[in-house]
Amino acid sequence: MDWTALSVSLRLSALTCLLLLPVGLWLGRALALSRFRGRALCEALVALPLVMPPTVLGFYLMQAFGVQAPFGAFWQSLTGGGLNFTFTGILLASLVANLPFAVQPIQRAFETIPPNLREAAWCSGLSASQTLWRIELPLVWPGLVSALALTFAHTLGEFGVILMVGGAIDGETRTLAIAIYDRVQAFDESGAAVMSAMLLLVSFLTIGVVYGLAGRRRWRRG
Amino acid sequence: MGSPGDAGGAVAESNRGVRPEANGQRDRSGLAVSLHQPGPIPLAADFHCEAGELLALVGPSGSGKTTLLRAIAGLYRPAGGVIRCAGETWFDAAAGRSLRPQQRRVGLVFQDYALFPHLTARGNVMVALDHLPAAERRLAAEQWLARVRLDGLADRHPAALSGGQRQRVALARALARNPRVLLLDEPFSAVDQVTRRRLQRELALLRDEIRIPIVLVTHDLDEAAALADRLCVLHAGRSLQQAPAEELFRWPASPAVARLLDRHNVFAGRVADDSSGRWLQWGPWRLEVTHGLERLSPGQRVSWYLPPSDVVLHRRGRPSRGERENPVQGRVVEMAVLGGITFVALAFDHCDDTLRFELPTHAARRNGLAQGERVSVSLLAAGIHLMPGARPVDDEPVDIDLPDIKPVDLSDR
Repeated sequence: MDWTALSVSLRLSALTCLLLLPVGLWLGRALALSRFRGRALCEALVALPLVMPPTVLGFYLMQAFGVQAPFGAFWQSLTGGGLNFTFTGILLASLVANLPFAVQPIQRAFETIPPNLREAAWCSGLSASQTLWRIELPLVWPGLVSALALTFAHTLGEFGVILMVGGAIDGETRTLAIAIYDRVQAFDESGAAVMSAMLLLVSFLTIGVVYGLAGRRRWRRG
Repeated sequence: MGSPGDAGGAVAESNRGVRPEANGQRDRSGLAVSLHQPGPIPLAADFHCEAGELLALVGPSGSGKTTLLRAIAGLYRPAGGVIRCAGETWFDAAAGRSLRPQQRRVGLVFQDYALFPHLTARGNVMVALDHLPAAERRLAAEQWLARVRLDGLADRHPAALSGGQRQRVALARALARNPRVLLLDEPFSAVDQVTRRRLQRELALLRDEIRIPIVLVTHDLDEAAALADRLCVLHAGRSLQQAPAEELFRWPASPAVARLLDRHNVFAGRVADDSSGRWLQWGPWRLEVTHGLERLSPGQRVSWYLPPSDVVLHRRGRPSRGERENPVQGRVVEMAVLGGITFVALAFDHCDDTLRFELPTHAARRNGLAQGERVSVSLLAAGIHLMPGARPVDDEPVDIDLPDIKPVDLSDR
């Protein structure tokens, strides 16, 4: 059992969730509530990683992260290091690949809040931020939980994008999914089986915990 | 308003008198609204509501009722106009001033109540109690719930409450903030008839306790007439007339108002006179009118309205009171028996409009009223309301150039 790979996977998944949560909240809410020009384009861009083959997405990200590319060069001037074959690189790639998983459930959840609930909150004296915290967030809670669950589980199993951007550097970019592939390539099928079972267990536990949390609300929509 | 003869003038005055109030020259604790915009939702509405008064905005769907309510609450920003309440300017388009809903202190009961589904009844009311110290909010919320007779249900979520109970929670939440105006958007439309009557009765009782302007939006005329001190009739965003229900139903300002108020018996006529006096020429009949003719000029076309209560059926074979007054003959084209009341529509040869009135079913039977029968009725002169400012409903029938036919009294036939 490759505990280092498991630790990289869990670290990557947890950080992806943590960083995507505010982005998903902001973007999901904006897409649900605002009517602005280019909204459809914005939605299409968010959904793009869903339909792109992971290797294609990984290829473009690898290109963009290279020091010859504007983004890669900018990153290097900022931090002094490159992005390809680093943990930061696969984290950035993971953020892009998981954008639809984080944004869409939150957007759908905001869309189900009747507009007059927000207005009722304002008329009751709540400011916009109080309305968000006290009315909107409790109502989108299930959407939030399912965004986190999807993002976490998807990151845990991500293979193509990570392999393209990060390769398989032990302790840095070799996630559990990649380690399983390596074992199969090395004809160590029992090792691959143990790690697959571990991935299955972790994924199952994650989903179980988050859906348990989402199901704890006592109220039902009237 | 003293007499029906003053109606036209007084109605026009009551409409004209609104604008100065919108400029804050009247009761400083009341609400004055004057909103105007060409589109996208056309608005040309002027109305006011004093503290302790209940004003009903009535009109068909799409007449802008809810838009006006939302504008008062600060949820909709029209292009032009002024809203003042309790001596404070909430909205002034020219000055670029528009207070946020939070700053206006408005109690708004939404049509579907808009209760927060994740909060209990108590929690819903507590949301509106942020102005109190945290320790007092719980008790205050429970007191408000008790006031709308919901004690014991504070821990229930909206989904576990009936329609009427939800409406009460919404009312408690709206009042909990000590609002300066209470706005009710079709508050009784989502409950059954029995609950509606009970809630209406409770609102009538509650009115005595809160001395703030109350604006009720409804398309139910009976509800408006029963609850409101005054009605403001709206059509396509325009306020056409505002007056107490009794006054509106008797003296609508125009055929349009009459139609919106579901009043029939609007006809077109012409003012005529000779040496014997002035009268209203309606097809072949010259009608006496108690009030209003003196202000009109001969030959002028007018629309006129007669409340069904001022139509008197002549009894066959026996003269009755008032049958010398404006007798006309028509053919019964519709008879609908609804319980003890029979609704009758008479058609006339000279116009397409029918005259509607009602009478006790036993009286209809005794008089042998039947479809196709010719009957004679009196149109009481005091009830005829002339609408000179308005375009006549139908020009054509009055164009028939009839000689001065003396009305034939058929009641003795």
